[in-house]
Amino acid sequence: MKLTLKVWRQKNSKTRGRMETYPIDGIDEDMSFLEMIDVLNQNLIKEKKDPVAFDHDCREGICGMCSMFINGEPHGPEKGVTTCQLHMRSFKDGDTIVIEPWRAEAFPVIKDLVVDRSAFDTIIQAGGYISVNTGNAMEANAIPVDKSIANEAMNAAICIGCGACVAACKNSSAMLFLSAKVSHLNMLPQGEVEGKRRVLKMMKAHDEAGFGSCTNTGACSAECPKEISLSNIARLNRAYIAASLTSEESI
Amino acid sequence: MKLDSKVPKGDLGDKWTNYKSKVRLVAPNNKRRIEIIVVGSGLAGASAAATLGELGYKVKCFCFQDSPRRAHSIAAQGGINAAKNYQNDGDSAYRLFYDTIKGGDYRSREGNVHRLAEVSVQIIDQCVAQGVPFARDYGGLLANRSFGGVQVSRTFYARGQTGQQLLLGAYSALSRQIENGSVKMYNRHEMLDVVLIDGKARGIIARNLITGEIERHGAHAVVLGTGGYGNVFFLSTNAMGSNVTAAWKAHKKGALFANPCFTQIHPTCIPVSGGYQSKLTLMSESLRNDGRVWVPKRKEDCKKHPNEIPEEDRDYYLERIYPAFGNLVPRDVASRAAKYVTDEGRGVGKTGYAVYLDFSTAINRLGKDLIAERYGNLFDMYHRITDENPYEVPMRIFPAVHYTMGGLWVDYELSTNVPGLYAIGEANFSDHGANRLGASALMQGLADGYFVLPVTIGSYLADEIRTAATDTNHPAFKKAENEVKTRLEKLLNIKGDKSVDDFHIALGKIMWDKCGMAREGKGLKQALKEIQELRAEFWKNVFIPGDAHEFNPELEKAGRLADFLELGELMVNDALDRNESCGGHFREEYKSKEGEAVRDDENYRYVAAWGYSGDPSKPELHKEALDFEFVELKTRSYK
Repeated sequence: MKLTLKVWRQKNSKTRGRMETYPIDGIDEDMSFLEMIDVLNQNLIKEKKDPVAFDHDCREGICGMCSMFINGEPHGPEKGVTTCQLHMRSFKDGDTIVIEPWRAEAFPVIKDLVVDRSAFDTIIQAGGYISVNTGNAMEANAIPVDKSIANEAMNAAICIGCGACVAACKNSSAMLFLSAKVSHLNMLPQGEVEGKRRVLKMMKAHDEAGFGSCTNTGACSAECPKEISLSNIARLNRAYIAASLTSEESI
Repeated sequence: MKLDSKVPKGDLGDKWTNYKSKVRLVAPNNKRRIEIIVVGSGLAGASAAATLGELGYKVKCFCFQDSPRRAHSIAAQGGINAAKNYQNDGDSAYRLFYDTIKGGDYRSREGNVHRLAEVSVQIIDQCVAQGVPFARDYGGLLANRSFGGVQVSRTFYARGQTGQQLLLGAYSALSRQIENGSVKMYNRHEMLDVVLIDGKARGIIARNLITGEIERHGAHAVVLGTGGYGNVFFLSTNAMGSNVTAAWKAHKKGALFANPCFTQIHPTCIPVSGGYQSKLTLMSESLRNDGRVWVPKRKEDCKKHPNEIPEEDRDYYLERIYPAFGNLVPRDVASRAAKYVTDEGRGVGKTGYAVYLDFSTAINRLGKDLIAERYGNLFDMYHRITDENPYEVPMRIFPAVHYTMGGLWVDYELSTNVPGLYAIGEANFSDHGANRLGASALMQGLADGYFVLPVTIGSYLADEIRTAATDTNHPAFKKAENEVKTRLEKLLNIKGDKSVDDFHIALGKIMWDKCGMAREGKGLKQALKEIQELRAEFWKNVFIPGDAHEFNPELEKAGRLADFLELGELMVNDALDRNESCGGHFREEYKSKEGEAVRDDENYRYVAAWGYSGDPSKPELHKEALDFEFVELKTRSYK
């Protein structure tokens, strides 16, 4: 395959970026999208030019590191995949492909396609855990959990924290990410105890980190590589209102 | 050097209990002043950092990824073992211990392995309390499945994403400690050296990967949870960033590196499809619960569509050769069997380097829905990568490098031979011998991090309560920092013609061909020469764009590869020294008539712990004899 790539190049967070055009040839349709970028980078290195910086690690769709905005969609055109799982068979010979970083105020660009997503860590640190020290635990089978609840918690827990939801949202809201964690923990009996505190603290951290508000367009869920459901946001909103009205504690 | 394993005396089941009762403690007021550096945030690193923080120590945790949640433990699929005996199928701590010792081909320490089996049950309790959504049955209780090399169902799982859920559990515990200030997290930082003062580990030199700044960090102890070195093979199931650098720097500062040639080749990975390939993808071992491995009986059938090959023309070779364990033989055995049938010319697929993993029997017996529930995400992953639907066509799989049993030598307390320097999880060599059983890596990482290290480290730190905070202006820090900076400049100034990947691919090929699934004396000797030549060429002809004061992934890769180029040679030397076949180490010269591994317990019943002499080609061998008090050494048989 022969392609034309238009790639965002930006030296660091302090300089202005621009789109650069790179023709590329000899691309195999069984290559992953990142392997195609590897080819581009090897070509650039051979020409003694600076290769395109991009985040990637596991290359099997689970670490959440890869983060490319491809032809206007986070992780590209296929549903339910990360960039590393996207294959070149999804494109046609002669295509022009536009590749940008995640764009959101809370995710500043570090270099080229690499952004800083530590705001996600900050949200988790605010309450995305169950307060149990090592050694505190009771026997694992002491609390039976309804299989369907465990399943639903798992459906939320599979979030990989890649940030596609934020990149897809016109408000740069991280509500899908936040709600997935709140759903996962609040649904389980182990996590219910500190449920109110969790939702209030995490929501506050979300807003302070510079993420926008949710207007329920659903783009986040449509673009989520793990297809996390929008119903998590509804659940979060209910939990937030309930906690705001009934929490004994002010956060 | 005399290596003291420090395994406590006494009965197998009493060792850990007695140790815990007598180990020295650090009082809470002193813990507040004691600093510990944890490098790595995978299952071992994150669980250790979180637990040490909970105990009240001042912890600094480092990871090279943009968030601790992304460490490669996250990619583990199948599950985690624990001797809960929830299935009432005769499991016990002793049986888990025995399976692990046997699975490791009698090349691990009894005391360490029994402790691992004992704490396995606590891990499950802890993870459930953290909210890890393990699979459950309709009664709401935890479900189990089987894994290779054992005859009980003791594996706990969360779909095909167990590693992810366990890591997110540890990450949540870590996040809680970061929030309350007991752990300070350094993302996008890479450790580039360990600093020793008066022979004790007192800190590290790290590079801020965003700015390129070289930083000094002091502590009372340093813990490495930096994972394995499978990427020395270039193609492996490891993440792109997984590397040996932290462990290797520790080795060059005096820490012994044990059994480096013990590498695990996982039997069920998606085969290589082209020269552009950057990594290999694992298909969980759990698939062998329901999938049947086969190749055509006749070479001439290999290019036929698998569904056109009738039952009688298929060779279900694992079931045929190993009737007792069938498709669930341990990984080393399954991988080697795949190598034999493809060497015979009976491999399938485009390249001939693949065998079938067929689910049609299970789908007929259990229905497509149940199979989808068990393995749906793995089937989807396979479908996406290969463009073939495994519900209709058998998967094609082939062995790939997956895990390294070798690592830094540690004693029972998980301390390296350098005082104050600890190694946990895959970074150490301790529990899996020459072959690791499936679902045991997660168990070991979390055992070390949650339950073992936080106890054993007290025995060292109890003597350090009067030691003031480490002064990072000490000459040892200056020297180490200068060495790091000089090396980075040296790499950048080579300005040669080949990329880092060019060299890495070449190294990977040498390692896979000559020190991979099967090794032979002659090939190993050849490999030594080739690696030395490649290393010399690397230092003359590599090209790294950019400079050291910016975000520069090529520079990171070059530094890691420089270390792999030294480690590779040590692995080959270790493989040459070990004139026997055991577990993942299979020497062509030492096999039975049936092609099974032949161990030499009389001469090689030891841990090979290698010291660094200053010249990577002249490592110094130290031996720790392995004594078996409680199990009888047998020929490992799964027939």
